[in-house]
Amino acid sequence: MRRYAPLAALLLALVWTASTLVPSGGAGAFDLAGFGRLPVLADGRVKPMDTVARTSLLMLQGRQRVEGTGGRMLAPEEWLLDVFFRPELADAYKIFRIDNADVLSLFGLGGADVAGSVRFSFEQLHAGLPELERQAQLAGPVDAAARSAFQRAVVELYEHLEYYSRLKYSLQTPDQTDLSAFLDDPGVRAAGRPGFEAMATFSLLRAVPPAAPSVRIDDWQGVGQSLLGTLATGAVSPSVRRYAAMGGAWRAGQPAAFDAAVGGLLAELSARFAPLMRRCAFEAFFNRAEPFVTSLTLYVAAFLLAAASWLKWPAELGRAAFRVMALAFAVATAGIVARMWLEARPPVTNLYSSALFIGWGAVALCLVLERINGNAVASAAGSLIGFSTLVIAHHLSLSGDTLEMMRAVLDSNFWLSTHVVTVTTGYASTFLAGLLATIYIVRGVLSRTLDRATAESLARMVYGIVCFATLFSFIGTVLGGIWADQSWGRFWGWDPKENGALIIVLWNAVILHCRWGGLVRQRGLMCLAVFGNVVTAWSWFGTNMLGIGLHSYGFTSAAFRGLVVFVAVQLAVVGLAAIPRARWRSPAGAGAA
Amino acid sequence: MPAPRPSPLAVLTSLRLTVVLLVLSIVLVFAATLDQVHLGVWGVQEKYFRSFFVFSPLAGTGLSLPVFPGGYLLGGLLIANLVAAHLYRFRLSWAKAGIWLTHIGLILLLVAEGLSGILQQDNQMRIDVGQSRRYSESFRETELAVVETTRRDYDQVVAIPAALLSGGAPIQHPLLPFLIKPVAYFPNAMLRQRPQVADASPDIATAGEGVAIVATPIPVTAKQDEANEPTAYVELDGPEGPLGTYLVSTMLEQPEPVAYQGRTWQIALRPRRDYLPFTITLLKFTHDIYPGTDIPRDFASTIRVRSDDGRDDREVRIFMNNPLRLAGRAFYQAGYANNDRTTVLQVVRNPSWRIPYASCALIVIGLVVQFGIHLSAFFGRRRGAAARGGAPAAAPAAAPAAAGPGPASP
Repeated sequence: MRRYAPLAALLLALVWTASTLVPSGGAGAFDLAGFGRLPVLADGRVKPMDTVARTSLLMLQGRQRVEGTGGRMLAPEEWLLDVFFRPELADAYKIFRIDNADVLSLFGLGGADVAGSVRFSFEQLHAGLPELERQAQLAGPVDAAARSAFQRAVVELYEHLEYYSRLKYSLQTPDQTDLSAFLDDPGVRAAGRPGFEAMATFSLLRAVPPAAPSVRIDDWQGVGQSLLGTLATGAVSPSVRRYAAMGGAWRAGQPAAFDAAVGGLLAELSARFAPLMRRCAFEAFFNRAEPFVTSLTLYVAAFLLAAASWLKWPAELGRAAFRVMALAFAVATAGIVARMWLEARPPVTNLYSSALFIGWGAVALCLVLERINGNAVASAAGSLIGFSTLVIAHHLSLSGDTLEMMRAVLDSNFWLSTHVVTVTTGYASTFLAGLLATIYIVRGVLSRTLDRATAESLARMVYGIVCFATLFSFIGTVLGGIWADQSWGRFWGWDPKENGALIIVLWNAVILHCRWGGLVRQRGLMCLAVFGNVVTAWSWFGTNMLGIGLHSYGFTSAAFRGLVVFVAVQLAVVGLAAIPRARWRSPAGAGAA
Repeated sequence: MPAPRPSPLAVLTSLRLTVVLLVLSIVLVFAATLDQVHLGVWGVQEKYFRSFFVFSPLAGTGLSLPVFPGGYLLGGLLIANLVAAHLYRFRLSWAKAGIWLTHIGLILLLVAEGLSGILQQDNQMRIDVGQSRRYSESFRETELAVVETTRRDYDQVVAIPAALLSGGAPIQHPLLPFLIKPVAYFPNAMLRQRPQVADASPDIATAGEGVAIVATPIPVTAKQDEANEPTAYVELDGPEGPLGTYLVSTMLEQPEPVAYQGRTWQIALRPRRDYLPFTITLLKFTHDIYPGTDIPRDFASTIRVRSDDGRDDREVRIFMNNPLRLAGRAFYQAGYANNDRTTVLQVVRNPSWRIPYASCALIVIGLVVQFGIHLSAFFGRRRGAAARGGAPAAAPAAAPAAAGPGPASP
């Protein structure tokens, strides 16, 4: 049993990973997967309906699950179809997350309505909309960075309700539920004009691909726009016809007719837009497989195995932890590569992908360290960083589609792949050094497991990683300077994000010079490395919270609380290390006090 | 036994000083970053980095006290510390080649940043489609331009930096037959028509448009999307007495005409100009967004450049990440205005722009060499330990690394 533990752990993890790739059965006979692959243009790129459904739900309520009528759980596609075609049902689903108690009181919700829930339906909120709008207008002119928690919550909820309402106008209007009736008779069609105009104004999606010769992305049209064109020409787009048929079938509960419409549309588009349709099909598969959730779960398992190895069976459980972490790393790598292929971009393009990449880079370093040292410390550190960065990434994904378009100023694959990747590697390694130092301190103070060999191996790892971090953060910062010189005419502009990167370089230089000068020994080195976490976290997130400068994209207010807690924890660890060495539970390395 | 006092040279060459300076630099950069919210990026550079001390006002008094070393002082001390360490402490040896390269590169980098602060000019050009320009304008500096228009074939320009207007001393120039006496100077002001102001202060201007206008000083802004509008009252004095007091402001679109002794001038307060040895004509401006969003996909200016000597006449496309470098200046696509009919180019003139490239290359090579030495030493020890059949190398972690100058007394 003991001998086979590493192999068994790996096999179990592999089987479970494979099971996440198998599509789960949909609801009834409707071809939801096919619908999920249908392409629409939104946020500047063509993406599958599946992505629209999932990112909408994440943005509105922070999770992809929806409880339908009668307590049945709906797939994201089912929810989206109801929003499009059965809005009277969708309005009753509780998909608006409200955390702010003052905002709830705007709607007169409390007591029995709330009942421990933080999610509410459009119907529940409907009566309070005029007051919400008034409050949102009051908060609107206030600088985003200067808004109070209430104002931020009001503006956010207002934007979410607006988003949801506009989503309902994507394929038909909530009033013209039977769009097929408007398509053929010119008289009826003309009567539909106000509805078509409303759709053309409000729709967030452009579902109608360009007519025959054109494949230009700018020529995708909304259904409303296309129907307004029909009023002039008399010709109805085949895509509009199929979406109308789909809607009718979904309302009437006729799977055969629904599947025929979806299948017809897919066949037609696959013939004309083969590469695009392959990409959409793959993106829908990627969404369902959720590789980062799989990876996250595996990291938890790897961490537990590594921690267990310090108590029992060190060699076998340590190897099991290493293998499971390697599998988690492989899954995360696959996810990152898939995103790169979908976007045709280097790995880091926004805050979300920087979180993925920081975790990836740190785990890669840990795999190397674990191979060298083999005491499961690097496995524990790696799986902890991998897990934490994926949790951070999940929270960053709540603001919308993470495969977003690059602003003109950032639109340079060369610099994104050199500057951004190196500087992010610098962040990853500084965090890793800090985490290894934390393990040293916590194990040393609170447990008896930090023997002399482990302490010295940790000190070597931290020192090596700090060297690595210095090199990469310096090169990354310099490459950023060169990019800035090429783009804006100054090598250095004292922009907040630049300053953040500079502080990381300076701090790593401080650590190295302190150690070379003998100003610190093992314990001091660990404290300095832990404070490196504070420096890096501020540079990664804190600079974005100032709301100024060239890099002030992707600010999230919830992140601020997280940052404060994180900094407090790091300072607490440094405080722990300040306990006199004689009182540490591990007497390890007494000579190196 | 008390330790002997270290000599000044020992302090100057010490690693402790390096660490102290690095920590102070971190504090300076951090404080400056936070203060950007209030001062803006330019104000912060003046206060924190392009200064020897950071001054802070003492509440209740008009005094400012130096509270922290500024960028010039810390940078200068770091250079002194590095140079002294290399003169007296480090010996030239291959084992320290990485440190030498890194530190030389670092000195160069600090010098380059200091030079940029002194030499770099940031200007902009706003050109409408079809329009030609042959000068760029400063973002932040203004000048009082006194342009003599008497001659038909050319204008004679006397440009006085606005900083002199705030001094208050009369300005005399050999090309002007009158003195310019600053009466009042506001770094930022609001202009309103006199009848619209209920309790207007008595008029200072006695001639020109300014008579009908009230200028009220307002606080200087540091916001990215707001501009200061410097405004001044200047009195022109001939030998026989004053010619009149004029209001000049960057808010006024037309210059003030002045006639004296049969000659004519136009005076105006305007952004400081840098005249170019060529003419730039904007042929086309394009601004694409991603469909269904307001995210800019690309903006680009197609311009025609004609040099004064006629040897250069060509079309150039300037777009994001693709500037034009010409005559010691670099032209960048910075923005657009006026419903995409006006392009905004940023024009940067920095003779020292190449130094950071060289210094960073030195530092990167130096770091790679230095850490390479550490790494090979580490693996050498491991191999040695493995050959002896013992546990992996267990060199005491607090022992000096190959690069270190040896532990100081704790």
